[in-house]
This record gives sequence, C-alpha cells and structure tokens, in this order.
Amino acid sequence: MALKPADYRSNAFNDWCPGCGNFGILASLQMALAELELQPSRVAVFSGIGCHGKTPHFMNAYGVHTLHGRVLPFATGAKLANPELEVIVHGGDGDGLGIGAGHFVNTGRRNVDMTYIIHDNGVYGLTKGQASPTLKLGVKTKALPKPNINEGVNPLTLALVTGYTFVARSYCYDVGHLKETIKKAIKHEGMALVVVQQWCPTYNDVNTKGWYNGEDRIDPVTGKPVPRLYRLEETGYDGIVRNPEETIPKTLAALARAYEWGDRIPIGVFYQNELVSTYQERISQTVADYPGYPPAKQVITDEHGKPVTGIRKLLDELKVTG
Amino acid sequence: MGDDFIWMAGGPQGSGVDSSANIFARACCYGGLHVYGKREYSSNIKGLHSYFHIRVSRKEIGALHDHVDMLCTFDAESVVRHAWEVVPGGGIICDTDMLGTKISGIPSLSSSFFEEFNKTLDKKGIHPRTVGDLLSEVKKNNVRIYALPYLEILKEVGKEIGEEQLSRITRIINVITLGVSFGIVNYEQKYAEKAIKMIFGKKPDIISTNLVALNKGYDYARNNFKGAGFELQTVETNEERIFLQGTQAVALGKLAGGCRIQTYYPITPAGDESEYLEEKQILEPEGKGPAGAIIVIQTEDEIAAITMATGAALTGVRAATSTSGPGFSLMAEGLGWAGMNEVPVVVNYYQRSAPSTGLPTRHGQDDLRFAIHASHGEFPRIVLCSGDIEECFYDAAQAFNYAERYQTPVIHLIDKALANSNKSYKTFDPGRVRIDRGQLLTEADISGTYQRFKFTDSGISPRLPIGTPGVIFWYTGNEHTESGQKTEEPMMRTRMVAKRMKKLETSDHEIPVEERVNFFGDEDAPVTIVSWGSPKGAILEAMDMLRRDGRKINFLQVRIPHPLPKDYIEKVLNRATKKIAVEGNYSGQLAGIIREKTGIPMDYFILKWNGRPMSADEIYEALLLIMQDKAQTRQVLTGGS
Repeated sequence: MALKPADYRSNAFNDWCPGCGNFGILASLQMALAELELQPSRVAVFSGIGCHGKTPHFMNAYGVHTLHGRVLPFATGAKLANPELEVIVHGGDGDGLGIGAGHFVNTGRRNVDMTYIIHDNGVYGLTKGQASPTLKLGVKTKALPKPNINEGVNPLTLALVTGYTFVARSYCYDVGHLKETIKKAIKHEGMALVVVQQWCPTYNDVNTKGWYNGEDRIDPVTGKPVPRLYRLEETGYDGIVRNPEETIPKTLAALARAYEWGDRIPIGVFYQNELVSTYQERISQTVADYPGYPPAKQVITDEHGKPVTGIRKLLDELKVTG
Repeated sequence: MGDDFIWMAGGPQGSGVDSSANIFARACCYGGLHVYGKREYSSNIKGLHSYFHIRVSRKEIGALHDHVDMLCTFDAESVVRHAWEVVPGGGIICDTDMLGTKISGIPSLSSSFFEEFNKTLDKKGIHPRTVGDLLSEVKKNNVRIYALPYLEILKEVGKEIGEEQLSRITRIINVITLGVSFGIVNYEQKYAEKAIKMIFGKKPDIISTNLVALNKGYDYARNNFKGAGFELQTVETNEERIFLQGTQAVALGKLAGGCRIQTYYPITPAGDESEYLEEKQILEPEGKGPAGAIIVIQTEDEIAAITMATGAALTGVRAATSTSGPGFSLMAEGLGWAGMNEVPVVVNYYQRSAPSTGLPTRHGQDDLRFAIHASHGEFPRIVLCSGDIEECFYDAAQAFNYAERYQTPVIHLIDKALANSNKSYKTFDPGRVRIDRGQLLTEADISGTYQRFKFTDSGISPRLPIGTPGVIFWYTGNEHTESGQKTEEPMMRTRMVAKRMKKLETSDHEIPVEERVNFFGDEDAPVTIVSWGSPKGAILEAMDMLRRDGRKINFLQVRIPHPLPKDYIEKVLNRATKKIAVEGNYSGQLAGIIREKTGIPMDYFILKWNGRPMSADEIYEALLLIMQDKAQTRQVLTGGS
C-alpha cells in the first residue's frame, strides 16, 4: 500500500506557534518521505535543541531529539553504525551555526550520506527571541534591545567551502519547492544541506512572510508585490558537477549566488557533486565488507556468550616467551 | 642485584629513549625474566628530557623502586637529573665528551630544578661545577662510572656500514649504549639481537645498522670495563608470556568484548589506544562466521566523540570513546544525554595530572569524583577502575556488559601510569571474556506495543535498536514518557527519575562483590589499606616488604567505587584498627566517598600528586611510619624525577 504523508504523523500535540514556518517544513518532509516510499521504521529523524528540535516528536519515524548544537555527531554515529537507516537531521540556525558550528564544518569534511535541514529564522525563538548567528549585522528584531552587533554567518557559503556535496535553499511557505528539494537531498549520495528560510511569527518582525513576499515593494505597473525569492532553476542556473574539472567553477558560481540577499534571494540547488566519495565509501576502502556487514549488524557473541572476535593473533604479536 | 635489576635510559625526546628501552625490555623478556617498565616524557616533541625505567626480575613484578641500578645516559641533563638515584654498586653509562659540560650551562634545566638540586648539593656539602665533578662525587658513593667516547664508537659504526655522514646515524647512540649496558652485565647478546629484529621488523637496513651498533657497544664494554660485579642471568621458562602497555590491553579487551565503533579526539595518554585499534581494525573470527571490523573515527572534539558513540549505540552496536580529563570535561553534556536516554556507552578515561591542562603527560588520579558526578542532574552510571594492565584488559570487555545490562554509561577509569607502563604477563585468556548483552531484543521478540522506556521492577526496559522494522519510538534529552515522547507532567517525571535511578540499585544488588573489590592479605591483620587504580602494584610489593619484616597488613582494592559495595567495605574496615587510604590525589577522593556511604573515616592518608606514580619503597616507608605510630595523618609522597 502506498504511503501517505499522514503515515509519518505522530499523535503528539504540536505546540509550535500559529503560523510558525516549522509547519511547512514538517509537512514537506512528510510528503517527501511518502513520495520516496520510505518505511517509517527505516527513517531516523534527528534534531538539536530549539523550536525545530520538537520535529522528531511530531513524526511517526524513529525520533532522536539530541543536545543543543550536537545533532550532527549523534546522527553521524547512527548512520555509520547502520548505513541502512535513512537519516534526516534537523537543526536550528542558532543550534547548528552558533553552538554547533564546529560540528557543521567537520560534518562537511566527512561527507556522510545524510540530509541536514536547517530551520533558519534569524532568532532564538524558544529562549524568547535573541539574535541567532544568521541574523544580519545591524538588524533589530522585536525582542532585541539594540540592533544586532554581529555579522550574520551564511550557512550556504560556509557549506560550500567545508565539503558539503549538496547545498540548497528553500522556503517554508513554498511547500512544493521545499518537498522537492528535500527529496533531492535525500536521494543525493553524500552530505546534503537544505537551508530553509522561515519566519518566526513571534520574534522576527523583520524577515516576515510579507517581507519574503515583497509586500513592501509594489510593482508600479502591476500594483502587485515583487517577491524577494526567486528560483535558481528558472534562471537557467545549473549547480550540478558532472566532471571533476567543474568542481571549482561551479563552487565559485554557487558562492556568488549564495551571497545574494536582500532584494533578490535565490532558492533551489546551488551545488551538487556526487563525484566526491562519501564517508561510507572511504571506510569501505579499508574495510571491504563494511557495506554488507556494518557495525550495527555484526554478531559479536555466540549463543553461550563467548566472543566471536579472535584476538589470539594479536596476543601472538605481543608474545615474548613460550 | 642480579635477581632484580633496574635499568634506566635518559635523554632528550627524539633521541631514542623509547626504542632503546623497548629493546632492553624485550631482550630481558626473551631471556625469561619478568619485566616492568615505565615511561616518563614531557609535553614536547623533541629536545626535552624523557626517561624510561625498566625493572627486570626473576619473579613477577608490578611496580618500581626509587633506585636505579644502571643509568644509561644520552645527554648531560640525564646525568645531572638522575645520578643520585643510582645505588652503591650500581653504574652510570655516559659520554666522555659530557664530562666537561658545565652543569649550570645546561639550557633545558629550569630554575625550579636548580632550586631543588642545589638544596641536595648543599645538604651533601659538595659543589660540582661540571658533569665530571658530579660524577666524581657520585663515584665516592661506590657507583661505577662507565665513561666512553660515544662519537668514536659512532665513527666505527659508520665505517662498518659505509655511512660517512655521521649526523645521519647519531640516533644509533642509543643502541650503542644499550650494547654497553648488556656488555657490562654480560647478558646474552642474542636476545638483544632478537629484540632489534622484532622491533624493526621488515626494515633490513635498519636492523643491520642497529646490530652493528649493538655489537660495537657490547664489545667495547667487554674489552674496557671490568663489569658490574654481577651478571644478569637468563631464566628458563615454558610459560607463554606477552609484553604490552596499558593502552594495548584496553584495546584488546574492547575488541574481544565486541566494541565495533570507537570515536576519539587526540589526547595524551589515551590516543595510543585508538591508534592501535585503527591499526588492528580488521578482526579475526574465533570459530566460524565473520568477525567484522571496528570502525575508528577521529572526531572534531570530545563533544562529538561521545555524542557520535552514543548515536551509534542507539543502533545496537557496542560503542565507546576514549579520552583523558580535559576531554571528559567536554563530554559531560553528552554523558548526561546517554544517562537520560539509557544508552549503553563506554568511556575509557585515562586520568593524568589535573586540573585544566595540568601536567599533560604525567600521572594523576584526581578524577574519581568527577567520573562519578560529571554532568548535571542525577542518573545512574557505573564507574570501573582497573588496578593493573591485566585488569585493564578484562575490565575493558566487562565495561560493555555492565553498560548493556543496566543501559547506562560506564566509565572505565584508567590512568597514565597504566597507559604508559609495560609489563610482561602470562598471556591473557580470551576464553575468560564473556559477553552479556542484557535485555537487547530483536524484531522477532516484539508482539504488540513496544515502549522503549517501559516501567519495570528492575528499572531496566527491554531495548530495541533504532531501525528495527515495524516499530517506532523516540529518544529525547527532555524528560519523557515510556514511548519516549517529551513530557513535563509531574507524576511522569517522578516515576521516570525513580525508574532510571532504580537501575543503580539493581546493579548494586546484582553485581557480585568479587567483581567490585579485590582483597589481599590476612583478614585478621590490624591494618587495612584502601586504594584504587594503579597504586595496586606498588602497594602489593610494599606489603611483601612489610611481611618480610613480620608485619601483618591487608589491602582492599576498590574496583567499582560507584555503586560502592558499601556493606562489604564496612565489614572489612570494621575489623581494622588502622585504616589507610592510598591515593594519587590531594584529598583522598575514594576515602571521602567511603566515608559518605559508610560513615567510616580513614585514620591515615598516603597521597601523591606530583605527576609521578608511587613506588613500592615510598609506600613501604609511609606504611612503616604508620605502623610504628610515628606518622602524621597525611603523608605526602614526592618521589620521582
């Protein structure tokens, strides 16, 4: 029987604020998983701490709600121990780019085959609206006593220079686009980042739904708003690396697009490179039977509790007499 | 001397102290002798002082004494630092070129060294200016000085192997002096040759160069020195023995115990363990079927190390991380998550001198309370302390059994003295290792609803790996329901905390006392030593020394301080008239825990925190003072250089 988005819904009461962008992310993920026909028990949804962190609880899939900023290493451990798991990682902007920035960088270097969705709303919602690392310099959102004194970090450019092999952006209220982007990320072989621009209806009164829609910019001719977001693919942009020589030019092109912000904000796939080996492939180079016999599947004891690992050869290497 | 002999190599780091000690130790092992070695090094790559003690004996040994019988030096600093440690009848091997070196001109000796050194000289009423002057003073103490021209012998080696550029082979001086050492005690040369061949393995050029150097040194000693006055003799043995260091024993225990994911961030002295595991990652099967492989992952920090191991453990694999104090400080939050989510994860924790960076390459036992209390909140954990290298092996395997049986983090406390000591042992018996996976279920065991944190009488909920088909549950660092959904309901919170803590009671009730303590000596002795960790070897030898004096004493080694086997400890301590804590820290941490749990205070403390392990002599002397009623409550040991 075909899977439906509702098959991925848990019974837990959803306590996100009305209008929260997280609803769109949750719905898109459930739709994407259903369309990819991934059985709920094959999927493990990981999250950090913050509003996004509740995502696993609302999913009918294995859910792992971890620590602030630490979701990537938790998820990496699970994926490497059992590569059959479809691992979807959720992170917040503060969670993943402030306290977890070190893990963000190093996870790119490993290129484990996982999907990482960053819920980017520019604020720490759950602690009442402080500036998050992605909030731009000088911006003053509702709860800030003073304008933001730090420059914002750009997760896309950071991902592009740290080894992520799939770098995309989408928008929480464009569920169709977000669903398709998540599907591409899941199907991508390697570490995939999807940054989702979202609005925090409670604390971000600057980058609002209306702002993304361009309601402050009415076209004098049509009398309609001019949206800030545009789709990369509609401009003929192609970020897919098809041979190794394209790696640097396509990275540079992606960086140029990723720097765009303000009046024109691109969404879509900035960069994709499946020519880079995944961490699993790198392990397989030294451990040939890793894909077929990964750590989580290994039998370590016989029925009497005796180890199946022979260490006698190693003891022999240390032998000095007898 | 002769039956029990302590040799020491000293020199700047990078000069081959380790390899010469390794060759010396193995050569003695091959000759049937028992060997115990200890490595001391600075937090430095090249140039600062390091030394290696090798004690050999006809009987099994597990500790050092304070003295040195033969000091083999590669530089002037080693002579200055260690000359006074050489006993009458012992000897010092040194370079004739060193003799003129001005002591005050040795740049790597610090002012705080000279403060202590000058005090020693003042006490002796001597004021040597050069290394030669110092050696003349030491000689009066009936110490033999074996001075020889290192450079001349090096030239001969160069000539023989056809190497004109001596700078390329300077490092071989270590093997020349090794040859001299063996020549002086007339030890059979073939064993050193065998050791060289073993250590340099598949590098025939290096082997032949080293053999030439060894023989040159050996012959020089036989031709020019009178000998040590005794000979180091081999012993016939049929026993199968291994020679290894603590980090290797832990790694072997983990492999046998089924560890299949190891994460780590580089840190001294834990790093050797992970490197060994990575080198040996492809496993050999015992019996039929594949044994698989262990995946070793170097992470970006220790936070990632513990959280990655924990994430892996959720899939059912036995996962561990290995670290030292600074790394464990970072692991605190991850440890709490594992405790909250009842994840069996093992941390092999090699203590070193703390706090902060402390003495990064030196020994310490400062972290017992930290291991027991790290992370906010209350959750069960088991802390297991190994007392020697053999215990490291069996405990490393057993740690996973406790972790899986009680579904909680296990901290295996080790220390630098165990990590970097080498010892010969009757080979370990992998047949003694048992694997108990606790209540680990598979898909086939499930019918009806499954809840990961189901309430049970023991507090232990049957566990399924994530990814098990047909089942869904959640993990969260938030307080949660039986299915793993977050909750803030007061009644659920009350019950869940109690459920988790109940596992500590269950483990306390179930783990037999024989796994939690070792007891040595006469039950009815009036004096009881209580200790944990690496002082074990030195304590046992000190007890032997006291026994030879006709004094009765017993020793309670606590192997699991948490949960503390308090009834047993109470019974033992209530029999004693003098209770003595021996610990490598300032405050007597185990003694404090025992007092907290039993109300029984210690009468005496023998403590040491100078970064060096305790010697048998130090403990013997401190115990003797106590038994003679001449001791203060706290005796602080300061031995070691």
